[in-house]
Amino acid sequence: MTVAINDSASGEAPFGALARTRASRPSIRWAAIIPPAAWAALAAITAYWPQAQDWPRTNELVGIAAAIAVVLVVSAVLNGHLGAFGVRLRHWEPWFTALAVLATVWELVTAKLELLPTPFFMPPQAILEVYLEEGDKLLECIAYSALLLAKGVVIGASVGFVLGVALGWSPRVSYWGHPILRVIGPLPATAWLPFAFFVFPTSSSASVFLIALAAGIPVTILTWSGISSVSSAYYDIARTLGASKSFLVLKVAIPAAMPHVFVGLFMGLAASFAVLVVAEMMGVKAGLGWYLQWAQGWGAYANMYAALFVLALVCASLVALLFKVRDHLLAWQKGLLRW
Amino acid sequence: MVAHATRIEPSAVSGMAISISGVSHAFSLEGGTLPVLKDVNLEVEAGSFVAILGPSGCGKSTLLRLIAGLDQPRAGEILADGEPITGPDPSRVVVFQDPTLYPWRTVERNVALGLEARGLLKTRRDRIGAALRLVGLQEFASAYPHQLSGGMAQRAALARALVNDPRLLILDEPLGKLDHLTRLTMQSEIVSLWRNAGFTSLMVTHDVEEALLMAERVVVMSPRPATIVEIIDVDLPYPRHRADPKLAELRHRALELLGLGAEL
Repeated sequence: MTVAINDSASGEAPFGALARTRASRPSIRWAAIIPPAAWAALAAITAYWPQAQDWPRTNELVGIAAAIAVVLVVSAVLNGHLGAFGVRLRHWEPWFTALAVLATVWELVTAKLELLPTPFFMPPQAILEVYLEEGDKLLECIAYSALLLAKGVVIGASVGFVLGVALGWSPRVSYWGHPILRVIGPLPATAWLPFAFFVFPTSSSASVFLIALAAGIPVTILTWSGISSVSSAYYDIARTLGASKSFLVLKVAIPAAMPHVFVGLFMGLAASFAVLVVAEMMGVKAGLGWYLQWAQGWGAYANMYAALFVLALVCASLVALLFKVRDHLLAWQKGLLRW
Repeated sequence: MVAHATRIEPSAVSGMAISISGVSHAFSLEGGTLPVLKDVNLEVEAGSFVAILGPSGCGKSTLLRLIAGLDQPRAGEILADGEPITGPDPSRVVVFQDPTLYPWRTVERNVALGLEARGLLKTRRDRIGAALRLVGLQEFASAYPHQLSGGMAQRAALARALVNDPRLLILDEPLGKLDHLTRLTMQSEIVSLWRNAGFTSLMVTHDVEEALLMAERVVVMSPRPATIVEIIDVDLPYPRHRADPKLAELRHRALELLGLGAEL
């Protein structure tokens, strides 16, 4: 039996035996060498290419790049034994390479060749320096922003959900609520900023109000439209089977409207990010929005970029988390929709 | 497939008698009313199988909605075992043309709907499995509706109705959207369920053969506003055969009553 040479050979196995040979042969894929090589190159260039200015934390950058290279080599060697994790790792290999290349180019045009003007553009080790020196402060800002956002979004989404159900279910609530929502709905939450900071006792409670408003309005509107678009046949079925009014609301209308509610939650979450940053910049003296403003004011551009990146990560993680919750709760939709 | 040998457990329920007298109904439309039913009188004996046959859009389904208690008639009276019908009741269960299963519930939890709505889930949970077995869906208990074929979905809807031990099963063109072969299978399944369980069956259909094959009496209705033209007694024993010459004769008569008697 010959050993499969080509890594991409898949459907060509004439007998089952070939597949077994493939699995047990020492699995060195040459493509797996590229990502660690790219990171090693970054480490070498950063360490040995002379730079005009002495940037602190250059050694740490070298260490991190080298460590990533080592981890990638080890995982390339062990890949066959890593199971699902190994498959995921292989999927992201091109990205590992791209990130190393990007960092190398960045390092070259800033620290090494000084092609970009220095106060506004700095090498990767300057960003690293911010994380190493100001890490505590950034974590504090993340915690503060997260708490503010959580309060606002939870209050806004809960009130919006209840309001949306009431609007969709009761003609009387809809009669009074519809015109009000039509006037207030299109107004951006940030337009309430002067009012909120004037009316609320603290800037943090004003911010909670603004974030709740931003998150609540899309949830209200989408929940409402979800409830009112539930097919009357669903209600007929439940009524003939002896359902009470509360059963119709809780077990028929709300589950049927959940896909709409989640669209509202996604829109509300996105709107709440915008309001969070503005509120922290304008009034609250803490959080990532405030840090961004503060860094810009002091001309600490590295700090600004560092905070911006953290903010992006936080927002992306929250959206990913909401996707996970949706996937779990609306698993029944999987066969009906393509996401 | 329905297990023909299984008797519905624990014991057969008693059918409900329906008495319809002088019932008229109309829909409010912009600029007037649309009369749908005109002076309908019908006695449905307890435990019998009555089919209502009529041209499309004549108001057959409206009559069923009135009997189900989903709507109230404008005039006349409908009695269930001598009591006027004021609203829906789980003793009168409807199977609609669309299975209308809740897509967010598994088959099992769809079937459980009636028990859950009445707070009987704890005491009568075993009925769910029995109903699923009766319609041959026990292996699909944890499937979601979108994973079912049209026939399976309609069987699930049937199980959802049967789990409540209805005394009157209202079938609103239950097989109307199924493919021909599934339709033929389910015709005999529904008849054997009815024969075993003892409930009264009231079925609307626009399929002449289906009505004659399944029901003991076939009520032929006129176009809108619908009145009863004639009631055909199908005096044939079950199981019936499609090729029975007596059926062909009755089929000819029914088509004539519907204004379709002329040869092509």
